[in-house]
Amino acid sequence: KALPIIKCNCRHLNTHQTHNPAPQQLVGVVGLEIHAQINSSTKLFSGAPVRFSAPPNSLVSFFDASLPGTLPVLNKRCVEAAVMTGLALNCAINRKSLFDRKHYFYADLPAGYQITQQRLPIAVDGVLTYSLLGGKKRNQVMRKNVTIKQIQLEQDSGKSLHDDVRSQTLIDLNRAGVGLMELVMEPDMSCGEEAAAAVRELQLILQALGTCQGNMSEGQLRVDANVSVHRPGEPLGVRTEVKNINSIRYLARAIDYEIQRQIDVLQRGGTVQNETRAYDSKSGFMPEPNLPPLILYEDNASLPTGIDACQVVVVQKIKEGLPELPSVKRDRLVQTYGILPEHSFTLVNEDGLVDYFEAVLKTTKKEPRKVIGWVTNELLGHLKQEDMSVCQSPISPSALAELLELQETGHISSSVAKQVFQKMWRSPGKTALQITQEQDLGLVSDTAQLHSICQKVVDSHPDEVHAIRSGNKKVLNKLMGLVQKETKGRADPVLVRAILQKKTS
Amino acid sequence: LTGRNLWQMHLLRPGRISPTELCRKCLNRIRKTQHLNAYITVTEERALEQAQQAERRLQRGVPKGPLDGIPFAVKDNFCTENIRTTCASRMLKDYTPPYNATVVQKLLDQGAVLMGKTNMDEFAMGAGSTDGAFGAVKNPWGYAAPYGERTRADPDSDWVVTGGSSGGSAAAVASLTSYLALGSDTGGSTRNPGSLCGVVALKPTYGLLSRHGLIPLVNSMDVPGIMTRSVNDAAIVLGILQGLDVRDSTTVPAPSSLTELPEDFDVKNICVGIPKEYHAPGLSEETLAQWSRVADLFEEAGARVEQVSLPHTQYSIVCYHVLCHAEVASNMARFDGLEYGHRSQMDSSTEVMYASTRHEGFNDVVRGRILSGNYFLLKRNYQHYFVKAQKVRRLITNDFQHVFSSGVDVLLTPTTLTDAARYRDFTQEDNRTRSAQEDVFTQPANMAGLPAVSVPTALSRRGLPIGLQLIAPALQDQTLLSVAQWIEQRVGFPSIVSTQMLSSLDLLQSLSEGFHIISI
Repeated sequence: KALPIIKCNCRHLNTHQTHNPAPQQLVGVVGLEIHAQINSSTKLFSGAPVRFSAPPNSLVSFFDASLPGTLPVLNKRCVEAAVMTGLALNCAINRKSLFDRKHYFYADLPAGYQITQQRLPIAVDGVLTYSLLGGKKRNQVMRKNVTIKQIQLEQDSGKSLHDDVRSQTLIDLNRAGVGLMELVMEPDMSCGEEAAAAVRELQLILQALGTCQGNMSEGQLRVDANVSVHRPGEPLGVRTEVKNINSIRYLARAIDYEIQRQIDVLQRGGTVQNETRAYDSKSGFMPEPNLPPLILYEDNASLPTGIDACQVVVVQKIKEGLPELPSVKRDRLVQTYGILPEHSFTLVNEDGLVDYFEAVLKTTKKEPRKVIGWVTNELLGHLKQEDMSVCQSPISPSALAELLELQETGHISSSVAKQVFQKMWRSPGKTALQITQEQDLGLVSDTAQLHSICQKVVDSHPDEVHAIRSGNKKVLNKLMGLVQKETKGRADPVLVRAILQKKTS
Repeated sequence: LTGRNLWQMHLLRPGRISPTELCRKCLNRIRKTQHLNAYITVTEERALEQAQQAERRLQRGVPKGPLDGIPFAVKDNFCTENIRTTCASRMLKDYTPPYNATVVQKLLDQGAVLMGKTNMDEFAMGAGSTDGAFGAVKNPWGYAAPYGERTRADPDSDWVVTGGSSGGSAAAVASLTSYLALGSDTGGSTRNPGSLCGVVALKPTYGLLSRHGLIPLVNSMDVPGIMTRSVNDAAIVLGILQGLDVRDSTTVPAPSSLTELPEDFDVKNICVGIPKEYHAPGLSEETLAQWSRVADLFEEAGARVEQVSLPHTQYSIVCYHVLCHAEVASNMARFDGLEYGHRSQMDSSTEVMYASTRHEGFNDVVRGRILSGNYFLLKRNYQHYFVKAQKVRRLITNDFQHVFSSGVDVLLTPTTLTDAARYRDFTQEDNRTRSAQEDVFTQPANMAGLPAVSVPTALSRRGLPIGLQLIAPALQDQTLLSVAQWIEQRVGFPSIVSTQMLSSLDLLQSLSEGFHIISI
């Protein structure tokens, strides 16, 4: 589920570069390799469907099982997804890219090699901008950049299931050949929180683009971190890999743990061991001879004559179709509605919440800065409690807007509004007005009635009245609370205050 | 139907010979020539069934195409649906593919009748068809009258090889058990046995025929090959097989659908190049003589015949070996006993199972190439071997481009150094040495992806076929075949003809067309 904005609290590790540590202090260096499963109905090089949790080996084409004589045929949708992702991450899109075979013997890699883009990937040299909350009160938005070295298209592997009891390995090839985008992020990060924030931002971008569903627990987004420590200005230390993390929260923890472990090892006078498997560095690459170079075209004008525009990928066309990216959306929300930056993060983090917020604003005169609290506290709080998504909310944006209108026009008090919200949540379909009328929750503005209630309160609390008269004006609030208790929160607070002030003066 | 379609005009004309009759005759001949070991699998029942269907279509006057009812054979490295496809390896001894290779499917779609799967060197690695799990293929010409009469050879001990690796397909066409056969050609594997077995053997331009379903040797050089008894037949088959295939991204659209060869091709306006580097050591006097003879024929007919130079030819074989072995190492990685194919009984761990499966499944030649290929692909060797070999390959390609852009239309070369060797002589050398020797003239065309064809030209003193090769610029397959047919029309190469095979009418017809008849 969505995280609120990630707070950077890695200072306790003594690793935070931005705090300009002393030269001899060890700091963490984190790079990421991210595998994002391309959201496509079929695999990268075959027509087999892509689906999560289908029966084992039910989504396997002849090619996916590496039957002899089968050949890869590149899926255009996967190319478009990679180009779109590259553009969103400010990459240079290579007009020509190449496919290679990377060889290793794995039971779940049936061909004995993976088709990937080692030499010339589809996109290079991009930047991902992400934000962290920092500062003393953790309410200061800090923007950071991480360089995207490259995005390459490659095949996913199948899955091996080891049955130790029967000493068997079972292979499921459903995932074999699913299209992946491998994103390589340079070691520009210094702690788990930064890495987590970068991954979270990437996840939002991919979801906004629709190029990857980004669900980490289903393995649609898999993150490996390269972690090392060094003293600033010195060469990078020996790096180790943190792998197979299936949530962003654990990613941050695992990285910080590894940084601390390496620091401890070095401070004890030990050395960090590189645990990368040896064959990785020796394994052979070879050009994939069955796939010609992948050629992309800048715009329709650059298409060679006689080529079918449906058969090729035109970068300009994809550029024009790019949706609003999360960072742009946040800036727009802050600018347009005057809400706080951290609120914009909350809105954008939760799928559908921005739309909800904007839909509420359309039908209420209430100020956006007042509406935001309702959406990010009342609504989101209730949703989280019941593990629901925004689209499952029993209170529609227009229903919430109606409630807020009642409050705005002075028909109900803010505390009653919260009660009505609770009731609306539990009895969907009933409007705020209906509930207010049925339960007689309308604001009590009858001066005579309020006078008598206030008199009762004043009479039964002589000590408080004395305190007020001696100059402790704050005690008035207590009396106000008692009046509201009497009226179940329906009393018009402005009137009550005026009456009480008169009676205690 | 045009008058140029030999098979249908001469053989399937209604009332002369029906598809089922033809199929039975071919099946009979397969039985009679079993000693050749040309087939690994004979698909007798299916063949008869297909022939009957063809017969009904012909009777109704609605043939599927020019090949309807024509028997054909397929090298056992093309996948055939529900028919085992072994690559002549223990690894795939019992492997039955669930789909047809595109080129096989195209022939079936024409109504052609599949007789069986032909023998070869294991995974097409060889130049003799002597290194397969099902034994060596024997050259039909070793059992024909001329060889026996001229050499007094003992057929049991002095039999000659077919060349390879598509030796089974060449033997099938030469011994009249099929009218056409598919081979594969990576370094000469179609043209080499075609030449030694006296049949027309075409390696089309790379990419013109789909490789989908061809179990690869070297993906960047493999081309399905066409073997027939006449050049025109090869042109007809090419016309059917060529063209874009969505399942093979390296295919290109056919430059023209027209596959009819011109009746009277005029060589006056063409320039024939004679590459001087092809005067290679080991070239037999007789082959050289045939080369000169045909060059003279061109000159006499008014063609320009020029000596040309392809200076990087000498590096072709060693370059080929690096690229071939590297791709072999990669392509063979999938044979691990998990999804299909042979699986070893030794399964104490996945790794042990892999190792013993691959040890038991592959012969020494395949294992040797995998070993050296993996060596070439090692990170530390990659630049030094693979990348360097690719650069040399580019130089070889440039050689050809240079010659063709200087006005040469077609190159004329020998196909092989000599006529077919006796098996016991051939096996004196190991597979590697033999491949290096045998592919010397054929292999550069694969490097450059160019179309090339071997045309039988004469019988040697030993009574064995000698072929010459023509090489043309990419996608000039049509011109290539036109020139080849011009040679064919003039050299008067004798055919093997079975007297049991043909009716007397056929015999008369063949004689009247000027065929020399040699019976076996």
